[in-house]
Amino acid sequence: MSQLPLRAQLASALGRTAATLSRATGRGDGSVIGGRVGLMLEPDLLRKLAADRKLVLVSATNGKTTTTRLITSALQELGDVATNAFGANMPAGHVSALASNKDAPYGVLEVDEKYLPEVLDTTNAGLVCLMNLSRDQMDRAAEIWLLAQKWRRALAGRPVHVIANCDDPLVTWGASTAARVTWVAAGQRWREDSWCCPECGGPLDRSGFGNGGQGLTAAQMADTNWACRECTFRRPEPSWVLDGEYVTDPRGQHWRLDIQLPGQANRANAAVALAVAETLGLDPARALPRLRMVTSVAGRYTTVERDGRSLRLLLAKNPAGWLEAFDVADPALPIILSVNAQGPDGRDTSWLWDVDYRILRGRPVLVTGERRLDLALRLAVAGVPFQLCDSFEQAVGLLAPGKIDVIANYTAFQQIRAEFGRAV
Amino acid sequence: MQSELSIVWIYPDLLSTYGDQGNVLVLEQRARARGIQTRTVHVRSSDPVPQQGDIYLIGGGEDRPQILGAERLRRDGGLHAAIQRGAALLAVCAGYQIMGTVFGGEEGQPVPGIGLLDISSGRGERRAVGELAAEVDPALGLPTLTGFENHMGVTRLGPGVRPLSRTLTGIGNGDGTEGCYAGRVIGTYLHGPALARNPALADLLLSWVTGPLPPIEDSWYQALRDERLRAVLPS
Repeated sequence: MSQLPLRAQLASALGRTAATLSRATGRGDGSVIGGRVGLMLEPDLLRKLAADRKLVLVSATNGKTTTTRLITSALQELGDVATNAFGANMPAGHVSALASNKDAPYGVLEVDEKYLPEVLDTTNAGLVCLMNLSRDQMDRAAEIWLLAQKWRRALAGRPVHVIANCDDPLVTWGASTAARVTWVAAGQRWREDSWCCPECGGPLDRSGFGNGGQGLTAAQMADTNWACRECTFRRPEPSWVLDGEYVTDPRGQHWRLDIQLPGQANRANAAVALAVAETLGLDPARALPRLRMVTSVAGRYTTVERDGRSLRLLLAKNPAGWLEAFDVADPALPIILSVNAQGPDGRDTSWLWDVDYRILRGRPVLVTGERRLDLALRLAVAGVPFQLCDSFEQAVGLLAPGKIDVIANYTAFQQIRAEFGRAV
Repeated sequence: MQSELSIVWIYPDLLSTYGDQGNVLVLEQRARARGIQTRTVHVRSSDPVPQQGDIYLIGGGEDRPQILGAERLRRDGGLHAAIQRGAALLAVCAGYQIMGTVFGGEEGQPVPGIGLLDISSGRGERRAVGELAAEVDPALGLPTLTGFENHMGVTRLGPGVRPLSRTLTGIGNGDGTEGCYAGRVIGTYLHGPALARNPALADLLLSWVTGPLPPIEDSWYQALRDERLRAVLPS
């Protein structure tokens, strides 16, 4: 790693001090404030910190933090890796991540979807990993077709290698202007945002779609081919294919994933991570054991204990995320749902009506969070019996000792983590 | 009364950006609670719009799907025929603008609507995002309207429609009114599950088809309404 100029050194040192103070005073994990202080002192800091590293940018609507973690874990087989492990995925978080590990030859950065063009431009990253795009917090986020269009413009004419999920039509469209793309058939559970061709607006013919993607059988999930009925846009031929527990690499070799993280969405994240690792010279035989070491990511999938109850914490921020969480949750267990609508969650709770909650019928369902009444009505209309609770603590207390699943959206999840001292 | 109420959801593949399915589910649930059977048809934009439905719903969407939706509805003609027959329609956000004579495209260019409502829309200066509350036209006999809006549109009402409501908070059409209605066609900027927050509006649509409806137990609807109205209106 080359020496940073004096001003940049000072900026990153002061940033680290601010981050330490933030953690010490319990205000946060420090990744954002540290980066902000650094960027104030040296606006070009991110460009300087990114230079001379092999950098991977990871973006999607869902699975960014987890995939970043999986890729980081794999690349540690090759050397030191700088990463924004806490999900601070805008430039201040990137500065903080790279400054805290200046000598690492590798960098893996989770990037907010909207910031991808800017971060790509600043860092000149050589590898970009794109997994999925779906509706998410539309009271403040850009419309996703526009987002994909910005990706296209940002990727065009750059010497960048993209690893992208070709089962997601919008991601495929967003990635396909890149000079080089490795396509991974990683699957797509949520299909409500890909009925129409992103190129021409015509209908997409899809084999294997069920009832709006919500009631997909395993066979339908596996059959992910798609093509526009009116123009030539169609699913590219993948080099890597995920099929249930197995990934097939470009040489036709099958690999059993056997990762610790639960659910098909995480197997998709792992498949993409394997493709990224191989691009950097790490074959699946060496990468897989590293992926299997990851057990929880920023509190997600962690099990916490309270008064004889084992609570497994699942984060779900949007309709696609809820489908993934339902895939992981155990139908035999009671479940606590917590929903807020603060800024980071999106202040609009309409998305609750895009989620099919009927899958929860038959298990004890407890509802809490700041917008619990929105969720209560949603469940009542879906014919899912539930119990309303004033607090998370009350919900836990109402359930008998044993295993419990918890699904919460962003700030609700952070509140629950904070109750357990962020130890998770 | 007929044996089965037919609900037609127009173009969920194009215009169902945020929870629009909620309006379908609420109509179904409130009909079912009164012993009325329902049958819902999801009409994809590549398929013809059936003309024999009772209640039609169309939702919100991005600029491009909105333009495609308007083109296809005009070419298809099924919705026009249904409305002429006396069917009810709830048009939301992008779907609301489509019902007018003109609306604003991606770059603000005028795009022809399908002319079922005497309104014209264009793009405003700023995005209207947030909670909205409004007093409904007394002629409709409905309680305060509550919901969430998220749009760039400004809509001028012509003499052929009446404002649905007058805003207490929020932007709506942009002139102090929100939504409009004419005959059995209602348009509103309250996106997504507007009927979940306004069950009386759902019942109005249902009663246009079925005649007067008995009250039902709907305390969760009321609890949510009360909380949301308390959150945005000064007490």
